[in-house]
Amino acid sequence: MSTPVLELRGLGRTYGKGETRVESLIGIDLTVAAGELLAVMGPSGSGKSTLLMLAGGLDAPTTGQVLVEGTEITGLSRRRQAALRRRSVGYVFQDLNLIPALTAVENAALPLELDGTSVRKARATALAALAEIGIEGLADRFPDEMSGGQQQRVAIARALVGERRLVLADEPTGALDSVTGEAVLRVLRARCDAGAAAVLVTHEARHAAWADRVVFLRDGRLVDDTGRQSEAESLLAKDVRG
Amino acid sequence: MSIKHGLLALLDQGPRYGYQLRAEFESRTGSTWPLNVGQVYTTLGRLDRDGLAQPDGEDDEGHVFYRITDAGRRELHAWFDEPVSRADRPRDELAIKLAMAVTVPGVDVVAVVQHQRAHTLRMLQDYTRLKMRAADDDLAWQLVLENLVFQAEAEIRWLDHCEARIARRDLTAPAPAPLPAVSDGAPAVRGGRTRKGRR
Ligand SMILES: Nc1ncnc2c1ncn2[C@@H]1O[C@H](COP(=O)(O)OP(=O)(O)OP(=O)(O)O)[C@@H](O)[C@H]1O
Ligand SMILES: [Mg+2]
Repeated sequence: MSTPVLELRGLGRTYGKGETRVESLIGIDLTVAAGELLAVMGPSGSGKSTLLMLAGGLDAPTTGQVLVEGTEITGLSRRRQAALRRRSVGYVFQDLNLIPALTAVENAALPLELDGTSVRKARATALAALAEIGIEGLADRFPDEMSGGQQQRVAIARALVGERRLVLADEPTGALDSVTGEAVLRVLRARCDAGAAAVLVTHEARHAAWADRVVFLRDGRLVDDTGRQSEAESLLAKDVRG
Repeated sequence: MSIKHGLLALLDQGPRYGYQLRAEFESRTGSTWPLNVGQVYTTLGRLDRDGLAQPDGEDDEGHVFYRITDAGRRELHAWFDEPVSRADRPRDELAIKLAMAVTVPGVDVVAVVQHQRAHTLRMLQDYTRLKMRAADDDLAWQLVLENLVFQAEAEIRWLDHCEARIARRDLTAPAPAPLPAVSDGAPAVRGGRTRKGRR
């Protein structure tokens, strides 16, 4: 089997000390292969965002390891970690984080520009990402000139821009209506079918169902898992037309 | 599911015979409501009796065509205008099962809930896969699938809610001792509840 795009080994994260100590994640083992979309569900406070932050190298684990394409990211220098994040990892934060002084297309182009791509090329690539998500018409708007759902889609475009191997999305459909939310899932699914790996945190089972596998977190532990499904297991497909 | 009104809706688009009606009914609903041809003829008989449709000649192969009457058209539009009552549907077995599970000693209700949720989620994944494959222009089929999707989602939300309710109850009043976990090796949830002492 080829190296998974993301591998979490015995991952744990504890915040605080003594009275205020919180075990946010405990002993998480997970792998996400190329082409795979993994959904993470669980109640508020169960550790979903913590998991994504660790997977993206935005926070360091208390115990365990994070491997991105076989490389342990905690062992990398800060500079190399940052380069990895810009090049291979796309991140949609739960709280958007668009830069107010930049337009939609400039926000989406930012990771590429930071990585040394020419402004023109970065802009063209960012426009393509905006188009993929259906908002090319908003390219020159500033964040405060867009609705919450539109800003959310810009943040998604920014995470998808260029050739990301790993997309980490924390509630990317939270502010979207059901049809727009589904359009975003279709794009994520297509990216995975084209070979990327993605982890999607969502409260909505309807969106989690686009994943190959759904895991449930509770109090920092993985408590349940739908497993990877083979087509043959599909209950419905058998007796449906075609 | 009202076969009667489904057939009237098809007949509203022009005269049809039994096999044709069955095939169209199934293709519109993606076989989610399989229908046998006997049901179709019985229903056509009743529509004729009630003056909602009537026989309309045969073709060379002996297929008897039916056409909708004005009364049938009025009935059809009344059906579209009237919301479907939830009370007419059979009671949900799952709700009964959970109601029993929380009262019968020795049942690990959390495991029952988690098993059901994983199962329903797999069904939801199946529906979603069918949706991915559905043709863009087949709106009728997509809407039927989405009906299944939203129902499954509602069930999952309800199960999440049940799990939280049960956890809260167990915090205040200790539940009867559960049997060994039924789940497939997943770590027990019970012990983890108060670990962090949050809130
Ligand atoms: N920086 C921090 N300092 C202290 N505690 C934290 C910190 N970040 C998260 N936590 C705690 O860790 C736990 C998990 O938080 P996390 O944000 O991962 O939850 P979540 O599953 O994403 O919840 P939600 O669905 O509400 O977004 C919570 O109890 C939270 O209070
Ligand atoms: Mg979160």
